[in-house]
Amino acid sequence: MSEPDRLSDFRADVRVWLGENFPPSLKGKSLGIEGDTAGLGKDLQIWRERLARKGWGAPTWPKEYGGAGLSHPEARVIGDEMARIGASNPIPMLAGMGVTMVGPTVLEYGTEDQKRRHLPGIASGAVRWCLGLSEPNAGSDLASLTTKAEDKGDHFVVNGQKTWTSGADISQWCGALVRTDPKLAKHDGISFLMLPMDQAGVRTRPIKLIAGASPFCETYFDNAIAEKGDLLGKLNDGWNVVKRLLQHERQSQTGGRGALGGERPAKLEDLAKKYVGTNDDGTLADTDLRARLASHLMDSRAHNLTIARITAEAKGNVNVSAAASILKNSATHVAQTRSELTLELMGAQGLGWEGNEFAKEELATVREWLFGKAMSIYGGSFEVQNNIISKNILGLPETTQKG
Amino acid sequence: MAALTEEQSLLKDQAQAWVREQAPVIKFREMRDGGFEQAFAPTIWPAMVEMGWTGILVPEQYGGSDLGYLTFGVVLEELGRQLVASPLFASALVGASALLLGGNDAQKKNYLPAIVDGSEILTLAVDEGPRHAPARTALQAKKTANGYSLSGAKTFVPEGIAATTFVVVARTRGAAGAPAGITLFLVPAKTKGLSRRRLNTFDSRGYANLDFANVEVGADAALGTVDDGFALLDGILDRARAGLGAEMLGTAAQAFDMTLSYLKTRVQFGKVIGSFQALGHRAATLFTSMELARSCAEGALQALDAKADNAAELCSLSKSKVGDFLHEMSNQLIQIHGGIGMTDEFDAGFYLKRARALEALYGNQAFHRDRYARLLGF
Repeated sequence: MSEPDRLSDFRADVRVWLGENFPPSLKGKSLGIEGDTAGLGKDLQIWRERLARKGWGAPTWPKEYGGAGLSHPEARVIGDEMARIGASNPIPMLAGMGVTMVGPTVLEYGTEDQKRRHLPGIASGAVRWCLGLSEPNAGSDLASLTTKAEDKGDHFVVNGQKTWTSGADISQWCGALVRTDPKLAKHDGISFLMLPMDQAGVRTRPIKLIAGASPFCETYFDNAIAEKGDLLGKLNDGWNVVKRLLQHERQSQTGGRGALGGERPAKLEDLAKKYVGTNDDGTLADTDLRARLASHLMDSRAHNLTIARITAEAKGNVNVSAAASILKNSATHVAQTRSELTLELMGAQGLGWEGNEFAKEELATVREWLFGKAMSIYGGSFEVQNNIISKNILGLPETTQKG
Repeated sequence: MAALTEEQSLLKDQAQAWVREQAPVIKFREMRDGGFEQAFAPTIWPAMVEMGWTGILVPEQYGGSDLGYLTFGVVLEELGRQLVASPLFASALVGASALLLGGNDAQKKNYLPAIVDGSEILTLAVDEGPRHAPARTALQAKKTANGYSLSGAKTFVPEGIAATTFVVVARTRGAAGAPAGITLFLVPAKTKGLSRRRLNTFDSRGYANLDFANVEVGADAALGTVDDGFALLDGILDRARAGLGAEMLGTAAQAFDMTLSYLKTRVQFGKVIGSFQALGHRAATLFTSMELARSCAEGALQALDAKADNAAELCSLSKSKVGDFLHEMSNQLIQIHGGIGMTDEFDAGFYLKRARALEALYGNQAFHRDRYARLLGF
C-alpha cells in the first residue's frame, strides 16, 4: 500500500474512533487551560481517559511509555481530524511542560527506569510538570544560575530560587537546572534534576502579571530532595540537556503542531469592517489601518507557508531543527501584531478591563494583548533567538560574552 | 527550496552551473558598458533555447516539456542571482502564458513552437502611464472591415526592443478605468504604424515605449474573448508576478550571500564585523525575512501549477513580500559594505538598481497589498 493510501486509511479509522468516543458536550471548547485540573467536568475526565488509553496524549511516543508509536504525519492526521470536529486534546495542557518539553528530552536523555517512571504519567495527562530554569538573576544569561544541588550519596539536596516556573503551584513534578560543581566554568558545572513538588523543601508563590492572571510562580528550594535516579543526563552535562529541551520548547511555540482545536477566531478583516466601517466600494474606511492589516495578513500567511514548506522539505518529519528560532520569532511577530491591530480597530471598546459595558471578546482581546508581550521574552527572547540564528545558522562569530 | 522533484533538482544544478560559467554578473557589466543592441548578450539566447528553458511551460505537442511554473521559477531564481539579462521571462513565461490561457488552436500552433525555438520573442504591453494600472487601459482598438485598428501608446514594455510580437492590451469598449471592455491582441512588431523607442533605464534592460498609429490587425489577432479580456489579462499578469517573485528572490538571496560573506571577512576594530551584535542581529532579521519570502515565492508558483482557487492571492503575496525583502536587502547590501558598496566597480549598485525595477514591474508592493485586501474582501 502506498504512503498516501495508508494515511487515508488511518484518517478513516481516526474519524470513526472520534465519532464514537468524543463527547459532543465538549465540542468547540478549549480544554485543559492552565489551572483547570480541579474543575474537570465528568465528560472531560472521560475524554482524557479515552485519549490516554489510545496513547494519543503523546501519539508519537513509543507504546511502552504511554504513547501510540505513530509517525509524525499520522499524529498530524489526528490533530487535523480533531480540529475538523471542534475537538481539542486536553492532555498536553494538563501535563504542563510534560508533553512538549520534558517528555521529548527524557526520551532522548533518560534511563530506561526514568522513561518507565515518568513518561506514562505525562502521556496520560495525570502528572503535571513545571520547569525550574530562570532565576531572578539568570534570565537570558541562563547559565549564570546559582541554585545549587549538593551530593549526599543517594540523593541531592537543592537550595535556591527559581522564577517564571509556569504552573508550579499546581504541578506534581519539576525539571530543574541546578549548579552541581561551582568550580567548573559556568556552562560546565550545571546538571538537570527531576524532583517532586509535594515535599517540605519546596514552596511556591504565584506572580501576578500585567494581564491580571498568575500563570507563573516563584519557586523556592529550601533543602529540597531529588533522588539520584532522577538526574537526567550525565552529572554536569545539564547545559546540553537544557539546550535540547529549549529547542523542543521553541518547536512547540512555532505554531507547527497543528490546531489545538476549539473555536476559530473571527477573521480580523471582518472584525475590522464591523468596528471601523467601509466605504461605498467595500474597502475599509480607515485606509492606513487597511494597508497595515493587509500587510499583517500577508505576514501571517507567509508564516504558515513557511511551516508547510519546512515540513515538506523535511519529508513530513519536522523535528527539532535550525528553523525553530526563525519560526519562533516569526510566530511572535505575527501574534503580537494581530493583538495590536485588534486592540486598535476596537477603539475605545478595546480599552476595557472588566464589566458588562465590554463584550466578552473585547475583554479577551485585552488580556491576550497583554499576555502576548511575554511571547518575545519567554523561551529565549527575540534577541536570544537572533543570537542563535546569527551564530548557529549563519555561522557568524559569538556575539555574547561567554565565561 | 521546496521539496523538488528529481527533474527540478537537475534543472537547478544545470542552471546554477551555466549561470556561473556562462553568464556571471561580469557579463551583465560588459553589456552595460558595451551596450548590446538588444540589451542582452547575443550568445545567451541561443544557449537558453538549446537548454530547453524556452519550452518549460509549453505542452509537448508544441515542442515544449510542460514542466510547470515552479520549475520555471527554479531557473529564474538562478538567473536573478547573477542579474542575467535575457528575454526568457518576457517571452517563454509571460508570452507563453498568454497563449496557453487565451490562445485558440491556430494561435498556439503559430506561436508556441516559435517561442520554444526562440525565433519569436513575445512580450506583454500593458501599462500606459508611470504606475501599473491594467484597468486604466485607454489604447483604442476600433473594429474595421477586416479586423481592428489600434491607436494609442504603451510604456515601460519589458524586452520591448528585442520583441518580435507584442501581446497588446487594448480597449474595445467602455472608458479607461473599467475592467470591462478590454481585449488582448497579438501584434507583430513590424506591423505598419507601430514604432518603438528605447528607454534608458538604470537597470540597463531593453524596455521600450510603443506608439500605435492606426495599426491594422486582422480579426484573428484577438487573443481570447473580445471585450471581456480582463480576467485573461489578470491571469497572465499573475503568472508574470509569480515569475518575478522567483527572480527577485534569486537577486535578493545573492545580495544576502554577498553581505554575509562580507560580514565574515571584513575586519574593523581588530574583529570581523559580523562579531558585532548589531550586525549579527541585522543578518538574522534579514535571513528570517528571506525564509518567509521564499515560502511566498514558491507558494505562488505551486498554486499556479495546482490551478488553486486562491492563486491570485498568492501571486500578490509573492510580489509584495519578496519585493519588501528585496527592497530592504538591496539597501542593506550597500549599507553593510560601506564605502565599497557605493563604488561602480563593485556589483552592489547593480543589485540595488535592478531591485527597484523589479519591484515596480507589474505592480509594486503597495499595489499588491491593495489587491490582496480587495481579494480578501476589504
